[in-house]
Amino acid sequence: MIRVQQEDFDVGEEYQQLRNRASAGAIVFFVGLVRDMNLNQQVKGLSLEHYPGMTETQLKEIIEKAKSRWPIQDASIVHRVGDLDVSDQIVFVGVNSAHREASFEACHFIMDYLKTKATFWKKERTLEGDVWLDARESDLKAKNKW
Amino acid sequence: MIIKVLFFARLKEQLGENTMSVELPADSDTNVLKQLLLAKGEQWKVLNDEAILMALNQQHLSQTAMLSDGDEVAFFPPVTGG
Repeated sequence: MIRVQQEDFDVGEEYQQLRNRASAGAIVFFVGLVRDMNLNQQVKGLSLEHYPGMTETQLKEIIEKAKSRWPIQDASIVHRVGDLDVSDQIVFVGVNSAHREASFEACHFIMDYLKTKATFWKKERTLEGDVWLDARESDLKAKNKW
Repeated sequence: MIIKVLFFARLKEQLGENTMSVELPADSDTNVLKQLLLAKGEQWKVLNDEAILMALNQQHLSQTAMLSDGDEVAFFPPVTGG
């Protein structure tokens, strides 16, 4: 299940949906939040842009890739766009499987792939003004380890 | 033929455009499109930055590809989601 939306999400509801959709023995999820500091700059908030259509296709492909690599039953990605404030939720990735190892690994994989493949862009609002974030070498390395 | 061209994020602001229609001769490829855009003026040189990515009909594109009428081509900086 894929959703790209401006509205906030409820982790409890997302977890419950994953729980309902399969008779899993394990559910692992990750939530990404807006940090208050980045590169030693005080961050006031983030604006997120995406490529409607392409982003959703990319996210579906990432889940398919995870399903082909691990025996997972289902996966969810919820990603927010628009203006967010410090400590707001940005992204939810949840995975369920019969045993925990597959869910842990697939969740980590989906997150690393999402950061380097899916067409989202972040702009930070700082005290010094607005700045588009550059892709990080460390994110690319994280993706390449899979 | 008419190609729909999209720009995102930093690129959209640098170019002051988010979408445009470009008319190209039949049998043009993505390189012909890029050259035509580069010729529009100084600020368009940013498209030559090797970090700039392209997508054709919403699929990442790693090399030059032939275009057809109605295709959608997007130019954007490396992604930073998550």
